[in-house]
Amino acid sequence: MQQPIISVQNAHFTYSTDGLEALKNVSLEIYRHEIFVLFGPARSGKSTLLRLFNRLSDLLEKGDYKGTILFNGRDIFERGTDVADLRRRIGMVFAIPTPLPGSIRDNLTFGSRMAGIRDKSELDERVERSLRHAALWDEVKDRLDESASALSGGQKQRLCIARSLALEPEVLILDNPTSGLDPLSTSMVEETLHALKLRYTIIMVPHSVQQAARVATRAAFMLNGEVIEVGDPGEMFVNPKDQRTEDYVTGRFG
Amino acid sequence: MKRQHTQKLAVGLITAAAALVVIPIILVIVMIFVKGITAISWEFLTAKPSHGMKAGGIMPAILGTLILTLGTAIACIPLAIGAAIYLAEYSSDSRLARWVRLAMVNLAGIPSIVYGLFGLGAFVLFLNLGTSILAGSLTLGIMTLPVVISTAEEAIRAVPQEFRIVSQSLGATRWQTIRHQVLPHAVPGIMTGIILGLSRAAGETAPILFTVAAFYLPNLPRSASDQTMALPYHLYVISTQVPAMPLAVQYGTALVLLLVVLSLTLTATVIRARMRRRRDW
Amino acid sequence: MSLSQIARKQYLDVKARARPTARWLLGNWMELIIETLIRLAGLSTTVIVGLIFFFLLREGLPTFLDIPLRALFSSRWYPTQGLYGLWPLIVGSLLVTAGAVLIAVPLGLTTAIYLGEIAPPWQKEILKPLIEMLAGIPSIVLGFLGWVALAPIIQDLGAPTGLTAFSGSVILAYMALPTIISISEDALYAVPKDYRDAALAIGATQWQTIWRVVFPAARSGLVMAVMLGIGRAIGETMAVMLVTGNAAHIPAFGTDMLFQPVRTMTATIAAEMGEVSQGSMHYSVLFGIGILLFLTTFAINFLAGRLVGQQVARRRGGRL
Repeated sequence: MQQPIISVQNAHFTYSTDGLEALKNVSLEIYRHEIFVLFGPARSGKSTLLRLFNRLSDLLEKGDYKGTILFNGRDIFERGTDVADLRRRIGMVFAIPTPLPGSIRDNLTFGSRMAGIRDKSELDERVERSLRHAALWDEVKDRLDESASALSGGQKQRLCIARSLALEPEVLILDNPTSGLDPLSTSMVEETLHALKLRYTIIMVPHSVQQAARVATRAAFMLNGEVIEVGDPGEMFVNPKDQRTEDYVTGRFG
Repeated sequence: MKRQHTQKLAVGLITAAAALVVIPIILVIVMIFVKGITAISWEFLTAKPSHGMKAGGIMPAILGTLILTLGTAIACIPLAIGAAIYLAEYSSDSRLARWVRLAMVNLAGIPSIVYGLFGLGAFVLFLNLGTSILAGSLTLGIMTLPVVISTAEEAIRAVPQEFRIVSQSLGATRWQTIRHQVLPHAVPGIMTGIILGLSRAAGETAPILFTVAAFYLPNLPRSASDQTMALPYHLYVISTQVPAMPLAVQYGTALVLLLVVLSLTLTATVIRARMRRRRDW
Repeated sequence: MSLSQIARKQYLDVKARARPTARWLLGNWMELIIETLIRLAGLSTTVIVGLIFFFLLREGLPTFLDIPLRALFSSRWYPTQGLYGLWPLIVGSLLVTAGAVLIAVPLGLTTAIYLGEIAPPWQKEILKPLIEMLAGIPSIVLGFLGWVALAPIIQDLGAPTGLTAFSGSVILAYMALPTIISISEDALYAVPKDYRDAALAIGATQWQTIWRVVFPAARSGLVMAVMLGIGRAIGETMAVMLVTGNAAHIPAFGTDMLFQPVRTMTATIAAEMGEVSQGSMHYSVLFGIGILLFLTTFAINFLAGRLVGQQVARRRGGRL
């Protein structure tokens, strides 16, 4: 059997501001080239878990963390972990498209430049490659040096995806990436994800159960900080094993 | 009915009070301008004083003020920006940060004459710099720290948090994020703070009384260990200690000092206004 | 992907990841140095406050060690005769400051109300820059004007000389006004609109709303404005030096107390330091006065800071 690329073992997380237990004994395994979808109602711990993967939690969540998260077999919270490198290998796209001020090219090359890559041809290659993978190349190839803020919402989000891809990650995390987008842009992003999983591993929190069903190759239902059920989307959305999963999927609560 | 009367009376009094505040400000500026403009001439601005300081020009004082302002900038800016970055990005409510903020608030409240005493005790005497441009600049620089630090800190904090998060999620380190995604956008605000602080330093008399200022200097200063004349001190002496000093010259000196300070303040305000318009986020 | 494409990608991966290593290591060291410098800069402010106090003590401690307290607080300040009674100077500072506060607080608060509640936008555009300009006028310029323009007026009004505590109070009041006005404005602005709307909805006039609702709600901010204004006034040197007459004796108690010449602590230091010899008792006492001033403004700022902390805590519902 294949080794999981990310393995979560007994993760606990408690916020220090109000004592909320956001994650209670969560254990998961995520394999390469999956589109792994974490779904569930609000405040179920999905985003908290995502932010642990690339240790963005160091910056954003003040709290107590217990447990083990392995990436390629190594504990990411181990002392001496190169967090910057971890974040390059595990990229993240946020719910609201946030281009950095500057041109499209600036956005795409920022991470690489900070990693020490100066060679202009290498940078240009990454720009084109990441834009193609994000299905944005044709639309912006003639205006790479124009401001990124002039793009439409859907284009901005695909830019953010390309921005993470430019660092040649192994995993791409998307936290509710289509929440602010119109249906056309949403379906463009979803299509892109299907193509991306050939090269990357995708972890995503969806906007809706329907999106989860459309996109996932494997899914996990989270409720109140616990993982209730993990499985094949075909089964989970049609014939869930747990009553709570069924209630959520059928819309009895949300 | 009575309530309406009270209302009208109150509004009237309040408006009168506001007028009482504002009208003298206008009077002050107009008076200095009108009474001082007669003394302003090319000679006044570029020549040295003559006839026992009663005639000629005030160029050395103008030059001295400019030199001291530059010295203040050099002494103050690096430390202030470092402290501002610390407070905005590295401190996060730790106990040390609270001490630092308390220290800043106190520095801001210390009387300018006490800074003068400090400058005397620490720079002129202890470090043996003597009354010099160096001692004066260090004293003024320390006095200007609180203003620059607090405006710079505000400017840095004003940069949206999303930039920092995105930047670090792309693998940039904390300093890389500050250097490339935060500081560049805070520069106009920081500059406003610097210029505002410098405009205050340019107009101060008390800190330079015992640390650098001289009234009658035969030569212009040639190095940082020389004394210098300065506009605020010059105005102080000619208005209180020189008998038969022509009034127009006194007003003229006041006017030049006012113009120097106000032009700096105006520059800061203009930068602040332009910065608000040019934001690209 | 074909096998050769996969191989090429892997090669590029390794190359890309390995290439920046040397620079990355150096960069890491640079980053550590820069971050250390930044933390030092932050710390420097505390160090500087400590240094200021230290040097004041260094030169001024003899004041409190060598002069008996009773002599120090006597009412005769004649340094040339070895009498170092600080009381006239303290009273001078208090009188001038009290007068300034009496003038500036009502004027400042009402102007803040005017700007916040009554003035139309076009007036605000003119008034606020003007007040900012007042804040920028150097104290020596205001002192100069007080000396040549204000003092004669006050003399014409009947005072024996135009150089009085009152003259100092007037100039000081105007110097403290920008601070009082801007902090009061912030305090008034921070009062939620709902409070005003609720009062107006039950039929209160605008003035009643301001007086009974907005004012009390902004109370701690207004108190802080006053305290900081006081701090500003006590610390002022040049302006008072030129207009208060520099007579170091306590004016006789009475209705015209404010219209006598006085001497403030700040002016004493400025006026006499040029004439003392270093290390002499007079020299130490001047530093001693500096210590008093330092401690006074420290206390005022500390209290004001405490007040803000309470206010902030209250607003967040007790959770800091």
